[in-house]
Amino acid sequence: MKKQNDATLAAPGSQSGKTAADWEMRGRIMTKEEVWKTLELVKDPEIHSVSIVDLGMVERVDVHDGAVSISLLPTFLGCPALDIIRAKVEEAVKQAGASAVTVEFLRHPPWTSDRISEAGRERLKQFGIAPPPRQMSPGAWQVECPYCGAERTVMENLFGPTACRSIFYCKQCKNPFEAMKPVLISG
Amino acid sequence: MSKTQVHFHPDGQEALVELLFQLADDDFLLAYRGSEWLGLAPHIEEDIAFSSISQDTMGHAAMYYQLLEDLGCGSADELAHARPASARRNAVLLERANGPGHYLREPRYDWAFTVVRQYFYTQAKRVRLESLTKSSYAPLAEVAAKIQVELHYHLLHWHTWFVQLTNAPLEARTRMTKAIQDVAADFAGVLTLGAKGTEMVRWGLIDEEKVLTENTIAALAPAFAEVGLDWPMPFGMKHGNGRNGEHTPDLDEALATLSEVYRAVPHAIW
Repeated sequence: MKKQNDATLAAPGSQSGKTAADWEMRGRIMTKEEVWKTLELVKDPEIHSVSIVDLGMVERVDVHDGAVSISLLPTFLGCPALDIIRAKVEEAVKQAGASAVTVEFLRHPPWTSDRISEAGRERLKQFGIAPPPRQMSPGAWQVECPYCGAERTVMENLFGPTACRSIFYCKQCKNPFEAMKPVLISG
Repeated sequence: MSKTQVHFHPDGQEALVELLFQLADDDFLLAYRGSEWLGLAPHIEEDIAFSSISQDTMGHAAMYYQLLEDLGCGSADELAHARPASARRNAVLLERANGPGHYLREPRYDWAFTVVRQYFYTQAKRVRLESLTKSSYAPLAEVAAKIQVELHYHLLHWHTWFVQLTNAPLEARTRMTKAIQDVAADFAGVLTLGAKGTEMVRWGLIDEEKVLTENTIAALAPAFAEVGLDWPMPFGMKHGNGRNGEHTPDLDEALATLSEVYRAVPHAIW
C-alpha cells in the first residue's frame, strides 16, 4: 500500500488519472471546518446512509501546522468495523488534501446513543433502522416502526446482525426491521 | 485504541499488571468458550445473540491487553495468543470446556452449565467494573466505564435464560440445579484477586475481595428468590486457583486451538 502511494507521488496524474489540479490540492492546509465537512462523507461501513459525524463518533478535530488529528469514539468495543472506519477516515481526509492525518480511538468519554444527531436519526430510518430512544424508561423500550411509524412493534431478538442493533417486527405493516440499541450511562 | 505510553507508580505497577492480566484473561477465555457455541446454540436467534456477546467480550479483553501493551508488557496480540497456560491469570471456571465431546467431532456441550456460568460471571463482572470505574489508574477507570454501558445487554440476556430455564419443569430445572452446584464449586476462583490482591487494594486499583464478593452475592440473590432455589454457598475453587497460575488441561487444549493460526503465521495481521 505504502509503495503504491510513493509511486503515485513520483508520477502524479500518470497512472492514477489524477490531474495537475488534483495534485496541487495535496499538502495544502485544511481548516477544521473542512475536515468536519469531509468526515460527513465517511459513512458507517454497515449503515451506508449514516456518517460517523451523524453517529456522534467524532469527538475532536485538530489541525496543527497542516497535520490533521482526529479523535473518534468507538460505539461498541467489540465492533469489527473500527479498523475499517479508521482507514476510511484517513483516506477521505488525505483525499481532501491533508498532508498528514492521524486517527485515534479514545477510551473516554464512552460513546452513548444520545450522541446521534437529529439528521442521523432520520437517516437511520431511511436505512430501515429505528433510532434509539433518547431516554430509557424503566423496563420498556418503545420502538416505532421506521417504515410506517406504528407503535405496534415487538422485539424478536435483543441481538441483531451487529452489536449495536436489535431485531424487531412491525405488527402494523408486517415488516421486520432493526432498531439501534439505546446505550446510555445508568445512574 | 490510543497509543500513548502511560505509567503508574513504580511500586504499584506489579499489582496493576497482575490485575490487568486477570481482567484480560477472564474475558478472553470466556469469549473463546462462547465462540465455540457458534452454530450449536439452541436456536438461530441465540446463535446471533451469543456470537454478538462473545465478540463484544473479546473486544473487552482486547482493551485490557492494550492497557498492558501501553505499560510495556508486550504487544496485545502476543499477550493474548502466545502466553502459556502457566502465565494465565483467568479463573479456572472460565477455561472449562463447554461440555463433553469436541467442537468438530460430536460436541455434547451443556447449555445449562453455559447459561449458569455466563450469568454468574456477568454479575461478578458488573460488580467488578463498578469498582474499577473508581480505580486510581485512570486509563483502567475509563475502560471500565466504557465496558459498563455495554454490559447491560449481556446481563439482561443471561438473566432471561437463567430464570426461564430454571423455572421450566422437569429436565430443565434438574439440569439447571446441577449446573448451579457445578459453577458454584469453582466460582470463588472468579471472585478472588489472588496473591497480590492486598497490594491491588492498597494502591486503590480495586475494592477488596470481600466487598466484591458481598456485592456479587447481593446481585445474584434476587434471581435465586425468583426461581425459588436455595443459595448455593459456599463457593469453592474445586479445580484450582487460576489467579496463581493453577489451571486444567482444558486450558491447554483451548490455547492450542485458539493460537493455532497465530503460531503458524506469527507475522499475520489481525
